[in-house]
Amino acid sequence: MRDLQLSLNQTQRVRLEAALHELQTVAPAAAVTVADTIPVNDEDNILKGHGTSDQDGEVVATLCGVVERVNKLVYVRTLRARYKPEVGDIIVGRVIEIAPKRWRLEINFSQDAVLMLSSMNLPDGIQRRRTAVDELNMRTIFEENDVICAEVRGFQHDGSLHLQARSQKYGKLERGQLLVVPAYLVKRRKQHFHHLEQYDVDLILGCNGFIWVGEHVVVGENANMMENKLNLSAEVENFTPLETRKHICRLANAVRVLSALGFTLTVELIIETAEASVSSNIEINNMLGAEFYVQTAEREVKRRADLLRKKSGAR
Amino acid sequence: MEYVNPLTGFRVDGRRPNEMRQLKGEVGVVARADGSALFEMGNTRVIAAVYGPREVQNKGQQVNSKDALVRCEYRMADFSTGDRRRKPKGDRRSTEISLVIRQTMEASILTHLMPRSQIDIFVQVLQADGGTRAACINAATLALADAGIPMRDIVTSCSAGYLCSTPLLDLNYIEDSAGGPDVTVGFLTKMDKVTLLQMDAKLPMDTFETVMDLAIEGCKAIANYIREVLLENTRRLECQRG
Repeated sequence: MRDLQLSLNQTQRVRLEAALHELQTVAPAAAVTVADTIPVNDEDNILKGHGTSDQDGEVVATLCGVVERVNKLVYVRTLRARYKPEVGDIIVGRVIEIAPKRWRLEINFSQDAVLMLSSMNLPDGIQRRRTAVDELNMRTIFEENDVICAEVRGFQHDGSLHLQARSQKYGKLERGQLLVVPAYLVKRRKQHFHHLEQYDVDLILGCNGFIWVGEHVVVGENANMMENKLNLSAEVENFTPLETRKHICRLANAVRVLSALGFTLTVELIIETAEASVSSNIEINNMLGAEFYVQTAEREVKRRADLLRKKSGAR
Repeated sequence: MEYVNPLTGFRVDGRRPNEMRQLKGEVGVVARADGSALFEMGNTRVIAAVYGPREVQNKGQQVNSKDALVRCEYRMADFSTGDRRRKPKGDRRSTEISLVIRQTMEASILTHLMPRSQIDIFVQVLQADGGTRAACINAATLALADAGIPMRDIVTSCSAGYLCSTPLLDLNYIEDSAGGPDVTVGFLTKMDKVTLLQMDAKLPMDTFETVMDLAIEGCKAIANYIREVLLENTRRLECQRG
């Protein structure tokens, strides 16, 4: 168990192992390891995809993962690996450097991603050409260690990865927590921005495994905020109500528990875990204790068993 | 000293000449690393951590932009040996073993798939009882596979020696200190290729072939074990992911 540095007592260890063993009984997929031969029908014209290579006419895996077949394409879906960008992915990144006309972001990829000054909306919302004054003021927009939400634009001819932030929903993220989980735990969905109204919290599940849990921000408020910026003091501007802060911490701890146990992160599961901690009267800090880990594992086993039963019943 | 009992054929620790020490591999032992592994061969215990592929930190070291840059750092903990000697970080033996591990892993990593990036391998010996560099290579292989770095084959390494007119597999510290020849082989099992071959002390040519074949057999056994560890870990992750 990777991040589980828990001090489980004997009862909790037995319960946790029983729960995880229950998950193993589900039919394991076609797992392969490095240098395993993947059986294919030689008569077909098989396309070798990601994670495979050709050795003496046979398809050999170059990664540890699960074999997937889509028509004639055979590829290995890797588990623990760095993020592989795809055009249109919504990602969360952290600024590490400001270079001429661009910011460099760390997004859990093999290279730093690049966000050009021309690829993002200016804070005042005006659509115009960027000038030298804008270049000089880049640090006022994003500075080092800021957390930014953006969209993958694609690879440029020099091989670098470019991002864009052309909508009001992208940009700087403030007043919240950034969590880093393995990228394989976040599935690609239509919706990666979630506004949890009951908590007044924004949840962004970045495809690269960076997850943002922060106070809700009304889109389009930036234009008015510029006018009011002079009137508000810094303290008032950064204030977050205590209740909202508790919600943010509880949701963040729910993400931590689920990722430590290796469960796929969906917004429904995160909310369910957070509400389970509320209904069990568990303090926010005790969500990272051994007992809640075991409870979460047991609840997930039951949920998947119910899901399996529904499928069997429907058949 | 009798390293191989002439009557029973057993070695000082109770093994037969072609028997390997107990192997134990564990992946995911360092939480913050992209890949990590703990590997034990008998009393030799090694921990490896892999970071990357990530952005090249020192652009000057980037020889070309078509391949990933592989760097390796090997260290022995001060408490890993019976004698506590504080060695400087860049001592000659560490530098040599770092280079050996890097070259061995570079032969297997598909560097052309990760251009303009850097892969850092950190290997630390926690307990040394002979065969440390072989254990380091095995630990590094496990860590690289755990990090999801594409590789041609599983690189494994094993040492063999020749004492009392008998080829011995997987020397321990006592046998290593006997002054006999010590052959270390790095091997790609599926491709049937040797990526590392080191030897100290003298050995006749025909005996060398026998000792090397024995070491290769050891590499194949280690590869089977490593494959089992990785497969079990992959299945577990997939089942828990759901």
